[in-house]
Amino acid sequence: MSKTSPGKPTSRRAFLRGAAATGLGAAAGAASANTSDPLITEVQPWASGLGDGVDVTPYGLPIEFESDVIRRNVEWLTADTISSVNFTPIHALDGTITPQGCAFERHHSGAIELRKEDYRLMINGLVDTPLVFSYADLERFPRENHVYFCECAANSGMEWAGAQLNGAQFTHGMIHNMEYTGVPLRTLLQEAGYDTAGKWVYVEGADASSNGRSIPMEKALDDVLVAFKANGEALRKEHGYPVRLVVPGWEGNMWIKWLRRIEVSDAPVESREETSKYTDVLEDGTARKWTWAMDAKSVITSPSPQSPITHGPGPLVITGLAWSGRGAITRVDVSTDGGKTWQTARLAKPGEKMALSRFYLDTEWDGSEMLLQARAMDDTGYVQPTKNQLREVRGLNSIYHNNGIQTWWVQTTGEAENVEVS
Amino acid sequence: MSKYLKPAALLTVGCLISAPALADDFGLGRPALPDEIAAWDLDVRPDGTGLPVGSGDALTGEAVFADKCASCHGDFAEGVGNWPKLAGGEDTLADPDPVKTVGSYWPYLSTTWDYINRSMPFGDAQSLEADEVYAITAYILYSNFLVDDDFVLSNETFLDVEMPNADGFIVDDRAETEYPHWTGEPCMQDCKGTVEITMRARVLDVTPQSEEEAATTAEPSETAPETAEQEVEQAVAEEAAAPDPELVAKGEKVFRKCKACHQVGDKAKNRVGPHLNGVVGRAAGSVDGFRYSSALETRAEEGLVWTPEELSAFLASPKSYMKGTKMSFNGLRKDADLEAINAYLATFGE
Repeated sequence: MSKTSPGKPTSRRAFLRGAAATGLGAAAGAASANTSDPLITEVQPWASGLGDGVDVTPYGLPIEFESDVIRRNVEWLTADTISSVNFTPIHALDGTITPQGCAFERHHSGAIELRKEDYRLMINGLVDTPLVFSYADLERFPRENHVYFCECAANSGMEWAGAQLNGAQFTHGMIHNMEYTGVPLRTLLQEAGYDTAGKWVYVEGADASSNGRSIPMEKALDDVLVAFKANGEALRKEHGYPVRLVVPGWEGNMWIKWLRRIEVSDAPVESREETSKYTDVLEDGTARKWTWAMDAKSVITSPSPQSPITHGPGPLVITGLAWSGRGAITRVDVSTDGGKTWQTARLAKPGEKMALSRFYLDTEWDGSEMLLQARAMDDTGYVQPTKNQLREVRGLNSIYHNNGIQTWWVQTTGEAENVEVS
Repeated sequence: MSKYLKPAALLTVGCLISAPALADDFGLGRPALPDEIAAWDLDVRPDGTGLPVGSGDALTGEAVFADKCASCHGDFAEGVGNWPKLAGGEDTLADPDPVKTVGSYWPYLSTTWDYINRSMPFGDAQSLEADEVYAITAYILYSNFLVDDDFVLSNETFLDVEMPNADGFIVDDRAETEYPHWTGEPCMQDCKGTVEITMRARVLDVTPQSEEEAATTAEPSETAPETAEQEVEQAVAEEAAAPDPELVAKGEKVFRKCKACHQVGDKAKNRVGPHLNGVVGRAAGSVDGFRYSSALETRAEEGLVWTPEELSAFLASPKSYMKGTKMSFNGLRKDADLEAINAYLATFGE
């Protein structure tokens, strides 16, 4: 039933079938054709008959030929799919905005259905007047638009001990990047009259997991957004409809979905998600806590294991994503020899704070093996470290915050594999 | 007037675009009432702030735990399958695969009480009484050898418990230990000598395949000669059930809601719930090796049989059909879904 486009196989087997279909290794088709192409010389059905009318799909989904560009999960990672995670198909996307329908999901008690009419947001604790807002109330505050990435702290977490999952979707796909519309948390705190003795806000969701996190007041007053739209439309259920918190640059677990309560307090709650989870065990067994910021990171999305080279030697576009939770991406370097030499890639546009940047290296492939790497830099001067540099500081058990440099081994056939290099 | 705005005017327009004017008070929302705050403000802090009055001992907790928690966390809080281990793991935090449990890792007891109270049992959150939460927490401490079996945990004894890993955490120190070392102009040429591949993902082979690939990977079954016996079996099965393929396919989709806990098919085993091969028409509570709730066992003794009608009634609203069932499922609202799931389950024999 599902049709896989020849350019996007996800395994060696699919790759070989795809390669046969596109004539891998043959000189580029159109330029050297000596028999005429019936797709041009013969009238095709779509050039003669009629297509669908309007309203055939009142809300459109991607065309069937793109049906493999979907979120996927890794079954063995979690006990069930209710408290679990899946991955954005970053290997098949371009630009920087992630469509909501394929943006990764992470739930602790499943994606609930909460109507706007049933939605309530409470602010309590150290405030002059504890308040309750309806959804309609939120829409009456001045609102802002910002593009931010949301990355799970566990993105690339399966790779701490070594190369494990064969695809950018699985190694780096716990990330999405959307344009949010919402009200600054600062505005709501001011409305309730927050006490300056309150150094923290505790934010909590309405689902059964009651996922809650403590955020320092300084961040809460800075750029945190109470968001109700993403990419112009309502949030999807799986991303917290009708209201979620947006905590720019900080780990995704803090972006509370189905936000129902904000409590101003003088101390952190030390909830499950900020003690037993989302803390980073170091080599000696002590653990770091409050590791909120996502450090600068990058990954080449194509070529990659799920997006191999199918066209043979010649012009090749190497592309990928870079981001930093501490600022804007200023530069991305790419290596084709496993880190011996580097060249600076082209940013599609200047980096924006806490948002994905797209980079391109427009190059010629001579058909030989490559060890592809990307290395991001942000406007603090930070340079993305290698995986071994990270391991020297943190050991192998941190799970979270793995922002080490990724290597793809591109073979002469154009296939790619997740590897680690010396 | 020039048709172009003057620079000063442009600047003003720019400011208006980027920063909406803020009033101090919009007068939106309404005051939260005390009982509303009490209903939602449940979090408990390390110093015990937020704990309600109540108590429970480890032995009582053992019984509650067996009934409400053990299907995922194991009788001794040791964890079943991929579900979280709550006990054990002492002195493993510096090992290659640390076992992070309440006893070995969690720094504050308040976190355990708070999480159980607000988020457990999985699928039936906020159903426990305060005394039950105290009792379960006491049992988890007991399972970690942190208290004796006669220990009574209460809002008054709460701070007496010492958590072994209370001092095991440091505040994020990346700004000192990492950032200074990884800042500045990076190497561009001759950055290393030889480069060798040291590890390959394909060797592990743990990456999920797409459905199409999985289909091509499976052994081709059409080449296997079909025996007479198989044909007869198939014919009998078809005659007996005569399942509507569309309904079965729909049922398979509905069953996704059940798959986390129930298995069907050749290799089906008991997981959080019993396997469901042959469930339609079988006596309730009859799968070997599965520990049913006492509510279900009572009904089984009374002779309950899972006819399509009874199954539908159960699945429409499990908790009202059978008070005390372990099944944490809210129910299927649509009659069409109930019909479809019955049709799907009926395709799996014993």
